[in-house]
Amino acid sequence: MLINDGIPTKDDLDKIYPSPERLAKGPVAIVECFQEIPCNPCIKACKQGAITMPRDINDLPLVDVELCNGCGLCISRCPGLAIFVVDKTYSEDMALVKLPFEYVPIPKAGQYAVALDRAGQDLGWCEVKKVISGGKKNMTYTISLAVPQEKAMEVRNIRVGGYKDGN
Amino acid sequence: MNQVEIMVIGGGPAGLCAALAASSLGAKVLIAERDDIAGGQLVKQTHKFFGSEKQYAGDRGIQIGQMLLDNAQADPNIEIWTDSTVLGIYEDGIVTVEHEGAHAKIKPERIIIATGAAEKFLSFPGNDLPGIYGAGAVQTLMNVAGVKPAQSVLMVGAGNIGLIVSYQLKQAGVEVSAVIEGLPTIGGYLVHASKIQRAGIPVLTRHTILEAYGDGKVEGAVIAEINEKWQPIPGTEQKIPCDAICLAVGLSPLTELAWQAGCEMAYIRELSGHVPIVDDYLETTRPGIYCAGDVSGIEEASSAMVEGRLAGISAAASLGFGKEQVEELQKAAMSELDELRAGPMGAHIRLGLEKVAAKGGSKICS
Repeated sequence: MLINDGIPTKDDLDKIYPSPERLAKGPVAIVECFQEIPCNPCIKACKQGAITMPRDINDLPLVDVELCNGCGLCISRCPGLAIFVVDKTYSEDMALVKLPFEYVPIPKAGQYAVALDRAGQDLGWCEVKKVISGGKKNMTYTISLAVPQEKAMEVRNIRVGGYKDGN
Repeated sequence: MNQVEIMVIGGGPAGLCAALAASSLGAKVLIAERDDIAGGQLVKQTHKFFGSEKQYAGDRGIQIGQMLLDNAQADPNIEIWTDSTVLGIYEDGIVTVEHEGAHAKIKPERIIIATGAAEKFLSFPGNDLPGIYGAGAVQTLMNVAGVKPAQSVLMVGAGNIGLIVSYQLKQAGVEVSAVIEGLPTIGGYLVHASKIQRAGIPVLTRHTILEAYGDGKVEGAVIAEINEKWQPIPGTEQKIPCDAICLAVGLSPLTELAWQAGCEMAYIRELSGHVPIVDDYLETTRPGIYCAGDVSGIEEASSAMVEGRLAGISAAASLGFGKEQVEELQKAAMSELDELRAGPMGAHIRLGLEKVAAKGGSKICS
């Protein structure tokens, strides 16, 4: 259970996953924030106005998946590093997962890294498609990873270092 | 004898915000900081802060600390004494400080105590071996001194400090074998726990450390699962090789000066120990002495900053500064505190503050 080990369960995740129909339309933010903590930078990060908290800053963020265009700006702005973007329309076999990253070394686009799941388990080598710096002040990188479609909802990190230039 | 309008004791998030708020209303402030640099714990908080924009959420603690310090240093109303330990607050209102090798005496018109907190320790065999650290020390070594504290660490405590320091250890290239926690649930923010789990650091609740072992230094720990009565379950013992054990088992308010000044104190479990009884404006039972931040109850740095601001405004207002704006500024700070404490993570703070109120204080609480 999440409260015992920090790993969200299927039940937790089912509550926040966009519908298969929405996922089939293109990239969308997956906000894996399950605890009411006083925090709200995600609201301002979203230029589409897709993230809201109806009462106050302790609310869980609500994502309007129709307004969300999957731009990923929120990824590096969430202090909890709890936001990911999944694009199931990337290709027939592969989905794109964008995730926050704050370790060194930082992989380069085109390199391969070991993808990890929410428990830090190895999900195999995946190609890094893009690396975006959050900027000098923000300092969080957003890494785009091409992953097999069936692992799009599992891959949430990469192993630090040991990147390969080819698979 | 130095005469000052407001003396702030402690240059951490609460103290710096108190000084800046008081100065913005026109008061002259002296900050006494024990360390060689002001900023308190912010100087080693490399992670992004939570809260709202009003508390600089999304910025890293180090950036917030630097910004507050830059503002305070540029402020002609604020003087900062570093390497200056306050030794006592006496009946006649004199504050004594060890400053530049001398025993300085200050006569402030108002005092804001913002001394923060100290780490708790844990009893277990071998806890005196070199390699047993408080989490704060490890953070200072890594993030202030740039020293890698160990190759492999066992973290004890899954509150925010244990989780965050584990993350920062991993960022520094240190292996964290596990975070163990005696409680059945994680006390810190779950997003921090998720972040370290997906980096491969297991968080083991209902686990305790039985002993540290090693020849002259830490070489490992024996941990075990515990039952509902906090007793180790036989057969669950496991050896965890590591060269450091990091304790993040809670904080205690640093209240010596409040005690010595004769402020009325109360033991409030939810606020993590004995705390001064304060009113809505954070004034203690000794008129003219205010408390802000962890000294009056362990909370997040975001709350400490707002409390500092509230105490600074209130102390300055009591000296006649900032007449028209005062009420509005106080209300804004109080509503920010209410908001930060409104959720389930603030439940114990709200309960603690109710107890403070029942003991004659009326610390703000919705």
